[in-house]
Amino acid sequence: MDTQPDTALRPDPIDEPTRRASERSQALDPKSPVARFGADRPLLMDAGVELAPFQIAYQTAGTLNAARSNAVLICHALTGDQYFAQTHPVTGKAGWWETLVGPGKPIDTDRYFVVCSNVIGSCMGSTGPASIDPATGRPYGLNFPLVTIRDMVRAQAMLLEHLGVQDLFLCIGGSMGGMQVLQWAALYPERVFAAMPIATGPRHSAQNIAFHEVGRQAIMADPAWADGRYLEAGTRPAKGLGVARMGAHITYLSEPALHRKFGRRFQGGSAPTFSFNADFQIESYLRHQGLSFVERFDANAYLYLTRAMDYFDLAEDHGGVLANAFRGTKTRFCVISFTSDWLFPTRESRAIVHALNAAAAPVAFVEVESDKGHDAFLLDEPAMFSAARGFIDAAARARGL
Amino acid sequence: MSGSALGKITHGAPWESADALPHAGESGAPRVDHLVVLGLVPAGARVLDIGCGDGSLLALLRDRRGIDGRGIELSREGVNACLARGLSVIQGDADTDLANYPDDAFDVVVLSQTIQATRNPRIVLEHLLRIGRQVIISFPNFGHWRVRSELALRGRMPITEIMPDAWWETPNIHHCTIRDFVGLCRLIGARIEHATALNARGRPMRFSMPWWVWNLFGTQGVFLLRRDGAEGGR
Repeated sequence: MDTQPDTALRPDPIDEPTRRASERSQALDPKSPVARFGADRPLLMDAGVELAPFQIAYQTAGTLNAARSNAVLICHALTGDQYFAQTHPVTGKAGWWETLVGPGKPIDTDRYFVVCSNVIGSCMGSTGPASIDPATGRPYGLNFPLVTIRDMVRAQAMLLEHLGVQDLFLCIGGSMGGMQVLQWAALYPERVFAAMPIATGPRHSAQNIAFHEVGRQAIMADPAWADGRYLEAGTRPAKGLGVARMGAHITYLSEPALHRKFGRRFQGGSAPTFSFNADFQIESYLRHQGLSFVERFDANAYLYLTRAMDYFDLAEDHGGVLANAFRGTKTRFCVISFTSDWLFPTRESRAIVHALNAAAAPVAFVEVESDKGHDAFLLDEPAMFSAARGFIDAAARARGL
Repeated sequence: MSGSALGKITHGAPWESADALPHAGESGAPRVDHLVVLGLVPAGARVLDIGCGDGSLLALLRDRRGIDGRGIELSREGVNACLARGLSVIQGDADTDLANYPDDAFDVVVLSQTIQATRNPRIVLEHLLRIGRQVIISFPNFGHWRVRSELALRGRMPITEIMPDAWWETPNIHHCTIRDFVGLCRLIGARIEHATALNARGRPMRFSMPWWVWNLFGTQGVFLLRRDGAEGGR
């Protein structure tokens, strides 16, 4: 496809200034409503820090009913954001969960009041490492306190109070979002009527921590990262972040899906070029994934959020017994996994199910047949939709909605 | 077995009233074998139905007995049907998933027409007795006269209404007779609190019949078991 050598991951130089401008503006001044919490309402973080002031950017759909009983909280994944059913302000793409959420969809915005907030520590308008530290007037960078899944949930709880939502009809999310769902059910059991953790696990496995570490080291190995002070230095660790995304993206897919989509096909030809150009379609695809990710995501935020997932171990927080996290819960659960997900394989979901059984919690579990890997939860998976619709409709009947 | 195991069975079983109930398969009406189970499950019990299919038994027990029900089902279609009924059912397998349930987790565990399809019926039955204070179990009787005559006269593996598959495609890998099952109960120390056989129409047979009649004319055995040493009274 090219005449010039195309060997290294190279952000398009023309787009660079606009890209930088757009991302900065989303971190500091997002195209979303923002709830601001002042010094009187700090976020009590697991790292022992009281974060104040801080802000949470969010999106909503639907209307809160008079009884305030129809609220749904969607928890987004690692590199997700609050634009679950709204056009993304940077990429211009449709909402990331419009397959599941919308009028007449399993999460029916004609019936439910749906909220999704950017997690604390991210970069789409909620306070994170790209935000300005009021103590210094400079971006936090690595001075931002380490974030945990529980911190994200506490911040969401404060947002919901701000919105006048006392308790949730449904808390739902996939991957890191599923971790938040589990944490919600463990931390605020009386405030979650129904919970749907999807393609997730009760803890981050050693293999998953290992993948995250490779990504973080790629970012930190980029000289442009500048010890985390790239925003002040006017540089961007685009190559490091791009490589981190390329590696991570492989873990979101599956070998059969990669083979079906790309096989060993050549990009723009039928023969190798005997160079390190992106000969194979899969190489070109991954480079594109890496580069387009850099346009919308902050490298330090990626460090913080991967760390939050690494630290997640719900059993460890409850005396080493996962069932203790759910003891006495009244929440009804529906756990979903995908056959080809090797990042959060079905056995992780089964561990959740077994713990819920041991805690005598009402739990349903479906393993969806799919060759699309971990990302299946974001894609058009009719079997997931029918399971979700059955569970959510029945839960709504039980709640009188 | 000399007939003594069945001879100890309490008479006046609760499912006798099922005679007045509708036929299996009538539109909208509950299956007769489900009504037999209904007669055995106390109101408000915690019930685990293993191999619960589309959840029709659990829904019946919930609606008529107010039970707190859970299910295990192998097929995704079955699980989805259960979800739509608002039932808490997990996609799983009796051979592998029962080990994860704590002791005495349920008042009643139901295993309907499934034990003959498990890889290890003895271990499955031991888990049932461990997990549930009571176990209701039903299975096709391989001692039925039609089965016997197929084998004896035609020399062929039997295909009946309740065992409809050819030998090379049947999921039923561990067939047993009612008498065989009683033998397993004795081997693992399961106390038989009630037992009966259902006739070809799925109705309970008259209770006064001796065991060999059941083993010959019953198409299914239905047993109510309790772990020996477990408390008898509720």
